[in-house]
Amino acid sequence: MDPGKSQILLPVRTSTIVVSFVAALLLNFLPWRDLRLVPDFAALVLVFWCVRQPRLIGLGIGWALGLLTDAGNGVLLGQHALAYSLLAFLSIWLSRRILWFGPWLQALHVGAMLLVALGVTLVVRLAAGDAFPGWPIFVGPIAGALLWPLATWLLLMPQRRIEREQVI
Amino acid sequence: MDHSPPPFFKRGPAPLVRLFFFASLSLALLVVDARFRYAEGMRVWLALAAYPLQLAATLPIEVAERVGSYFSTQSRLIEENAELRAKALEYSRDAQRFQAAQAEADELRRNVEANERLDVRALPAEVLYAGRDPYAQKVFVDRGATHGVRPGSPVADEVGIIGQVTRVHPLLSEVTLLTNPDQAIPVQVLRNGLRSVAFGGGASGLLELRYLSSNAEIQNGDKLVTSGIDGTYPAGLPVAVVVSIERDTEHTFARALCKPTAGVDRGRYVLILSNEHTRAPLPGETQAAKERRSDKVRRARAAKDAPRDAKDADGSR
Repeated sequence: MDPGKSQILLPVRTSTIVVSFVAALLLNFLPWRDLRLVPDFAALVLVFWCVRQPRLIGLGIGWALGLLTDAGNGVLLGQHALAYSLLAFLSIWLSRRILWFGPWLQALHVGAMLLVALGVTLVVRLAAGDAFPGWPIFVGPIAGALLWPLATWLLLMPQRRIEREQVI
Repeated sequence: MDHSPPPFFKRGPAPLVRLFFFASLSLALLVVDARFRYAEGMRVWLALAAYPLQLAATLPIEVAERVGSYFSTQSRLIEENAELRAKALEYSRDAQRFQAAQAEADELRRNVEANERLDVRALPAEVLYAGRDPYAQKVFVDRGATHGVRPGSPVADEVGIIGQVTRVHPLLSEVTLLTNPDQAIPVQVLRNGLRSVAFGGGASGLLELRYLSSNAEIQNGDKLVTSGIDGTYPAGLPVAVVVSIERDTEHTFARALCKPTAGVDRGRYVLILSNEHTRAPLPGETQAAKERRSDKVRRARAAKDAPRDAKDADGSR
C-alpha cells in the first residue's frame, strides 16, 4: 500500500480509537479454550494505531492498556505494561517504514514486533519462576500477524470516504 | 548549529526517553508485585475497571448456552431427570450413613478427648472463565469479597478438591488449581493413611507426590484424600488417584503421579469451603519457645503466604 497511491482518508475520530480498543479487550477477555493459540487483539490494535497515528497513540496509552490487561487477566502486574510500551515504541519507530509495504509484508513486520512483545512477557514470567508453557505459545503472535490485513481493512473502514463523495 | 527541528509541533519527550520511562515504571511495578505484593490495592481497582468488559465478553456465550439449553429436547430432560433422581437417592443413602458415622466419630473423638471438628460452610459459585494466563493454572469464579470469600479457602466440586482461592476481588475471585506447579496440598492415602504432600504437575494436568521413600507402601489406583493437618483443607475430601509410580534405584526417593479426582480443568459449578473455623493454631503460635529460630521464621512466612501455607506447614511435620 503505497501512501502515494492510496486514497485520502478522513481524519480519524477519537471515538473510533476508543471503540476499537474496547472491542479488542472484549475479544481478549472471551473465554478461549487454549489461550496460547489466540492472538493478542489488544496488541494488534495498539500496533495499528501506533503505526497509523503515532502522534495520537503512544507509549502512555500502551502502558495503561497493558496494566488493564494485567489486572484483568490476574497475571503479574506490569508484564503486559512492559511488553505493550515496547510494542508501541517499536511501532512508532517503524511507522514511517511499514506503510510503504503491501499488506503481507506489513504483516511480517507486525509478526516480528508481536513476537518481541511475547518474548518480553516470556522472559518476565520465566524470571518470576514460572515454567515454560510449551511451544504453542508462539502461535499467538503468528496468528496475530495473519490477522493484520483484516484488521487494517476493518479499522480503516470508518475513515474511508464514500464513493459518491469522492466523485463530487 | 542546532540541527533539531524548530518547535512548530510540540511532540513531548523523544520516544526513546518515553520508552525508558515506561519500561522502568513497569519493571518497578513487576518487582513490587512479585516480591513485596504491595500492588494488591491497585490491582483490585484495575480489576474492577476491567470487570464490565469481562462480563460483557462472557455474557453472550452464557446467553447462547442458556437459549440452547431452553430448546433441549424433552426426552433428554426426562433421561437426565431419571439420572439425577437415581443419583439423589444414592447420595441420600450416603448422607444417612454419613450422619450415623459422624455421630459415631464425634463420640469417639470425645472419648479420646480430641478436638471436635466443626462443620465446614460451603458457598456455591460458578466458574466464569479459565484464567487468561498460559503460565499458570487458574480459574475465576463469580463470588468475591462482597459475598464473604476469603483468600486461602479451599474450593471443591461435587467429587473432590479442585484448588484454593488465592486472590479475592470485590466481585470475583481467583482460584489456583491443584495442577498449578506452585500449589501443594497435604494428602493421605485412603488405604493405609500414608501422609504426603501433592504438588501440581503444571501443563500435564497431573499431581505429583515427590519425596516418597522408595519403599513407601503405595500402589496404582490408591485414592488420596486431604489429610486436614494443615488446617487449610478440611480432612477426608478426595483429591486424586495414583496412576503411576516411579521407583528408581538410582534415586533415594520414589515419585508418584496422580490424576485429580475432581474435574480440575472442566466443570462449571464449584463450592468455596470456608476454613476459618477449622484452622488450628499454627505451631509457631503455641510452641514458639521450643522452635528453632530459623524454623520459626519459615513458619511465620508460611502463615502469611496462603498458597504456600500447605507446603511449608505440612512439610515440616
